[in-house]
Amino acid sequence: MSLSKEEINELVRLVSLTNDEEIDCERCLSLVAEFAERKLAGHSIPAELAAVAHHLSICAECSEEYALLLQMMNG
Amino acid sequence: MAHLDAGSLDRQTALADLRGTLLGGLRKALAHRTYGGDAFLEDVVQDALLRIMERLSQFQGRSRFTTWAMSISIRVAMSQLRRLHWKDVSLDEVTTARVSDKEASLDVQSEREAILAAMQEVIRTGLTEKQRLALLAELRGMPQDEIARHLGSNRNAIYKLTHDARKRLKQGLEALGFTGDDIGAAISG
Ligand SMILES: [Zn+2]
Repeated sequence: MSLSKEEINELVRLVSLTNDEEIDCERCLSLVAEFAERKLAGHSIPAELAAVAHHLSICAECSEEYALLLQMMNG
Repeated sequence: MAHLDAGSLDRQTALADLRGTLLGGLRKALAHRTYGGDAFLEDVVQDALLRIMERLSQFQGRSRFTTWAMSISIRVAMSQLRRLHWKDVSLDEVTTARVSDKEASLDVQSEREAILAAMQEVIRTGLTEKQRLALLAELRGMPQDEIARHLGSNRNAIYKLTHDARKRLKQGLEALGFTGDDIGAAISG
């Protein structure tokens, strides 16, 4: 598979962030409302929600949806 | 939220309120995107309300109910928008697109080049064909839902597939002597 420079950079970024255990998109959806409220309120993120931040750094779709959620909450 | 559970007039009111909140919120959040206008949003909210009702028992009260409902409505909306946007694009088209010479020529320092060469090697030898396809399609911007549709799978399973692929790449690079720090240091513009 031949990759452009941009694609290789993104792949290296993703590999460097990879953890053995990661939550999937369903799990992210079930936790993201609480995560977003804490973020907007400037509250600390408990360890169990750190997996959400990590998932958002990897998953383009969940990250896009999270950005929209923040917009919607700021309505 | 308790009102949504009850089969009463309250339930109708609560549902109508929620519908209005989601419609208004989505309209604003999606204002800069192309979509099928209010008819599209009405459909999305209808679907979202069904999902919300199905999952009511999963709501644990750890956020406001409205925020939770918004997150579900956004997933519904974006899944449909991505589907519309990608419906005529095949997996083949995305994964066999040639990289132009200009993009492919890596003008990089040697350590970085070594990691990239190692990465290409692990991609070639350490991944299954399905993992390669999904990873490549994802790097080229195809949404996981769409990759899943082509592979007869679902978004969660595609996440797991590419997660496994990333783990293999990381292990493969480590086996070749590159540490996590080396990999991180290889990221550049
Ligand atoms: Zn995700």
